[in-house]
Amino acid sequence: MGQLTPVFAGFIPLLDSAVLVAAKEIGFAEEEGIALKLVRESSWANIRDRVAVGHFDVAHMLAPMPIAASLNLTSLAVPMLAPMILGLGGNAITVSAALWQQMAELGADRNGDPSSTGLALAKAVARHGANGGTPLRFGVVHPFSGHAYELRYWLAAAGIDPDKDVEITVLPPQLMADALAAGQLDGYCVGEPWNTAAVAAGTGRIVTYKQAIWPDSPEKVLGVTRKWAQSSPETLAALMRAMARAADWCADPQNTEHLTGLLAGPDYLACAPDLCRPALGGNVHLGATTSVARPDFLKFSGGPAAAPSPAHGKWFYDQMVRWGQAKFSAAGEADVRTIFSPALYRDALQIDVLPAEKSIRLFDSAPA
Amino acid sequence: MSSGISILVIDDNKIRASIIEEGLRDAGHDEVIVVHQMDGLLRQIADIDPDVIVIDLENPNRDQLEHMFQVSRAAQRPIAMFVDRADSHSIEAAVEAGVSAYVVDGLKRERVKPILDMAVSRFRAFSRLSKELEDARTELADRKTIDRAKGILMKSKGLSEQEAYDLLRRTAMNQSRKIIDVAQSLVIASGLLGD
Repeated sequence: MGQLTPVFAGFIPLLDSAVLVAAKEIGFAEEEGIALKLVRESSWANIRDRVAVGHFDVAHMLAPMPIAASLNLTSLAVPMLAPMILGLGGNAITVSAALWQQMAELGADRNGDPSSTGLALAKAVARHGANGGTPLRFGVVHPFSGHAYELRYWLAAAGIDPDKDVEITVLPPQLMADALAAGQLDGYCVGEPWNTAAVAAGTGRIVTYKQAIWPDSPEKVLGVTRKWAQSSPETLAALMRAMARAADWCADPQNTEHLTGLLAGPDYLACAPDLCRPALGGNVHLGATTSVARPDFLKFSGGPAAAPSPAHGKWFYDQMVRWGQAKFSAAGEADVRTIFSPALYRDALQIDVLPAEKSIRLFDSAPA
Repeated sequence: MSSGISILVIDDNKIRASIIEEGLRDAGHDEVIVVHQMDGLLRQIADIDPDVIVIDLENPNRDQLEHMFQVSRAAQRPIAMFVDRADSHSIEAAVEAGVSAYVVDGLKRERVKPILDMAVSRFRAFSRLSKELEDARTELADRKTIDRAKGILMKSKGLSEQEAYDLLRRTAMNQSRKIIDVAQSLVIASGLLGD
């Protein structure tokens, strides 16, 4: 075997960095001729900056980030692509124990139904406002994130104006549970294991989750600059093949314990394995006495499901427009469809035909 | 002479922060405020109302900071990351050194660039210093290990200090190893065998 090609990849310590971690640790990258070097980062801003200046060839990115960078909506904006989905689902919305008590009294479903819990929250928000309280405060990890758009969509569907009726702030994921316990936040939307962290501590209650809000929607993507994708097409293709095999490995229930041990280790999440197990094993505790069995709570796939879809990109772009982050333009939409094009993944994996693009369906969409 | 630019330095590494503060003051900036604690940062920024914010890249609160600049009512003036498109090298150098700067809109680039350059050079100096310190610590630890190995040989073989050292060195040379590695093995072995 010839010399391995080094690929530098940045990641944030979250469960859905699993595909990159497994690609390196289980040897899939090496089998594809790649020496994968993983660098843990402390903020999405660092991920963006280090990809932009070329320290990282690729990175674990929030799905909307390559769009925001390409449309010049952030600093150090350079044209990027999202050639592969690294994980579907995996997020949840957690509220403080005190807020959950009110929501439960107001009829919130205990099993995480987004319509029911949203309406209960709307009643709690109205009551809170009538009592002259300061607006409830919710945390997300980044303004251009699936978390921000899921939270906003869920709030708005229940008649809560995310910009007027509540306050939305940004915090690093690993600080969310502490901020909730300290009363600095009333709720948050974040990836695992940081919802489970609050439930395990008894300070938070999961009220709904990404798979219930928008089933099988992309959460993290592989982010690359267009420049790198064009200059290293073979390396990118080999990397995606390695990651597809890694994703299938992660999805196999027989490997869940092995994966849990890897991710909880000191080089990755550096947390208790018990925090990682619920989402990886598909049995998530919403509260002390309620759990939900969803094998697909956080879904990895090396098959067609990991191919990006222009419709997904378009949904994220629509949210940016809806919430005033971007101005709609036909050129912008065309660009977004390119960013989320399945072509690179399809060619790398030699998938002949991808399933027809499904229409986007969220929890409150009318039946087709 | 005052530059008239107020600069907020956010860095939870106190030594590095004070090195940067000193550099900025030497360069004639007397409105420099250093913050180590992230608690209540947003309110502090609103109170201080800085023209330039310098923050270390290890800080996990960068996303929060950027979000605040985007939407917030707390910051009275729009702030953006310092990006000089004509000079991508200085951005690369900053990221390389581990520092980022945010600048109030409208502040002239040529006034800000020396501040960023200063921060970059001080960050670099600090990492060099940290590495030297680390090296010095390792060297000290190595010397202690070699001393212990010598002591073990002197006791068990009845050698003088010089003879003990010569034996270590000869063994290392014969096995193409470093003296410290031989000394370490000896100390461990002797520990296992109960001295």
